[in-house]
Amino acid sequence: MAERLLEVDGLKVQFATEDGVVRAVDGVDFTLDRGKVLGIVGESGSGKSVTAMTLLGLTRDKNTIFEGEVRYKGQSLLDLPESKLQEIRGNELAMIFQDPMTSMNPVYRVGDQIVEAITTHEDISSRDAKRRAVELLKQVGIPNPERRVDDYPHQFSGGMRQRAMIAMALANNPDVLIADEPTTALDVTIQAQIIELIDRLKDDFNSAVILITHDLGVVAEVADEIIVMYAGRVVEHGGKRPVFYDPQHPYAWGLLGSIPRLDRPRPEKLASIKGAPPSLINPPRGCKFRPRCPHAFEKCHEEPPLANRVEDPGHLDRCWLSVEQKRELREATIRGEVVA
Amino acid sequence: MSSLEEPQNGDRPLLEVRAVKKYFPIRSGLLQREVARVHAVDDLTITVSPGETLGLVGESGCGKSTLGRCIVRLLEPTDGDILFEGRSIAKLNAAKLRPLRRQMQMIFQDPYASLNPRKRVGTIISDPMKIHGIGDKAERKRRVQELLETVGLSPEHYNRFPHEFSGGQRQRIGVARSLALRPKLIVADEPVSALDVSIQAQMVNLLDELQKDFGLTYVFIAHDLGVIRHVSDRIAVMYLGKLVELSPAEELYTRPIMPYTEALLSAVPIPDPDLAEQRERIVLEGDVPSPIDPPSGCRFHPRCRYATGICSEVEPPLVDYGNNHLAACHHPLNVDAATLARVQASEKYTPEEADASALPKDPGKEEAHPVPTAADGNGRDPRRNP
Repeated sequence: MAERLLEVDGLKVQFATEDGVVRAVDGVDFTLDRGKVLGIVGESGSGKSVTAMTLLGLTRDKNTIFEGEVRYKGQSLLDLPESKLQEIRGNELAMIFQDPMTSMNPVYRVGDQIVEAITTHEDISSRDAKRRAVELLKQVGIPNPERRVDDYPHQFSGGMRQRAMIAMALANNPDVLIADEPTTALDVTIQAQIIELIDRLKDDFNSAVILITHDLGVVAEVADEIIVMYAGRVVEHGGKRPVFYDPQHPYAWGLLGSIPRLDRPRPEKLASIKGAPPSLINPPRGCKFRPRCPHAFEKCHEEPPLANRVEDPGHLDRCWLSVEQKRELREATIRGEVVA
Repeated sequence: MSSLEEPQNGDRPLLEVRAVKKYFPIRSGLLQREVARVHAVDDLTITVSPGETLGLVGESGCGKSTLGRCIVRLLEPTDGDILFEGRSIAKLNAAKLRPLRRQMQMIFQDPYASLNPRKRVGTIISDPMKIHGIGDKAERKRRVQELLETVGLSPEHYNRFPHEFSGGQRQRIGVARSLALRPKLIVADEPVSALDVSIQAQMVNLLDELQKDFGLTYVFIAHDLGVIRHVSDRIAVMYLGKLVELSPAEELYTRPIMPYTEALLSAVPIPDPDLAEQRERIVLEGDVPSPIDPPSGCRFHPRCRYATGICSEVEPPLVDYGNNHLAACHHPLNVDAATLARVQASEKYTPEEADASALPKDPGKEEAHPVPTAADGNGRDPRRNP
């Protein structure tokens, strides 16, 4: 069995703000093994990015309250002192951010920024570090890396900047690569290149990947396992095929229905989820999706636990409907015929 | 000049874009002399009929937004002409444009940047009416409240500020504002790309309903090929300022002619793991070249997997492959022999020795997507016809 790298147990992240306590992440559990890709899917405000940033200790603040456990190779990360965390962050756990335009420093050369990432964690001469930076840029497919290593970020296109970000994240051969919407700001043709790159590098570097996205198409390509998040909670969790071919939660159906599909005939009307995601300060009582769910009933005023309700033991969901009801209602909901 | 198709039914098109060019000068030095030009839109011709939705797709930097802005005359074209209801608007000054602005409105991409944060929703939506002197204060207020209901907001939102709304709601306010003057044409520039998936679907459905209710004509600019297919009647694909393919919506997806379109379609992720694994993906190498110094010949040739010598030398003309499907390519895909012969015989087809050797040899593919029979495309050699 592959080595277990990450264990997240009942993670809760709350931010104290002037308007009240924001329950950004409200109970997330998962494990990640070497060589695997975990896709976390959800809309803005679902808590997917906060989960990722918390793994790296980027949400630490005097107004943040953590609960639960995050363990990396058995070592607890949440209460690790900042100095210790710095040794892990960027070295063993690395992150690729969404916006390649703002996540590089515009006044330093691309190469120098990669060199800095290397020399921070390794005792290596700057000449060797630069040689490695060139090698990394080559690996992520930057043409003419010997010359481009001395360019400034503004001399790179969006796709090239994202490649450089990936090179920087891979600089120390991390065990876990966290990619937060790595392709959202890019054109489809460039998106295809980047997804292929992440998939290839995962094997080359023998790492695990957490891929955070709102795009179900992207996770369908590369993920092994999928978590669907809504209002800070995991509402569905399972292998890629079970989640796509036997989705259990009405929110997952809504997401699947909202995407205009190129592989299917054009529908009269797109299925949409009515309303908007709830406030995380005053979330609805019971199931968080109840106000937007076309199938909500009495029992939904009580919050359903995340539990296994189908034959496949690894497939969990958070919905009170019976498995038979779900399978009956699902197709029509995805097609947009059931409107609340 | 590239091909200009006239609608067969004799209806006058609502909008005609004729050989429009938009170059942005790059100035440098003490005298601010022009040293180069960005060829944002380069000799583009297209017409839009009343009531239709024309989708405009392409990668960032292909000129689709610039074209949209030229159409509503937020920008003045460098060359060429734009006709709205038969009247030339390309060179009109601001005063002469003002009455026309009632007919053409725009919906912007970013719902956060396109609403003035210091104005109330009521003012934002009623200002266009005020500027055009429509109604008195009470009438305008009633109209704004109607509009708010039309776009799915509550009339009580009249006195609120934009920051009190979510992204999706703000975009609805932007739509209400664009409808305030009862325009005929709406240019929507990436109206859904800043929104969450579930909200995107709501917005697309709303725009669909409004089109039916008010008989609107849309020019819908987006990079998302799924959204474009859902909303469009016809789709124009742009690459580096050029129109490279123009097709009825459904046909573009089943039978792309231009290799660039084929690559774009194959890059769209499909939310179905089995299909995603099975299909062949064409990953384009590199980035879009600079529009300051675009490649010679066919602008797509440096990234094209079918490119041959002729592609870097001769710019392919936009030719009609039947069924109002136009494409500019020396190595067209999904075209049967008869249509190809007809196209090569037409006067628009310039290259003498069309290197047929380089045509993709894939008879199965040709059979899979037979070309709809055009008037002269049924196997006869059109050159023999008088």
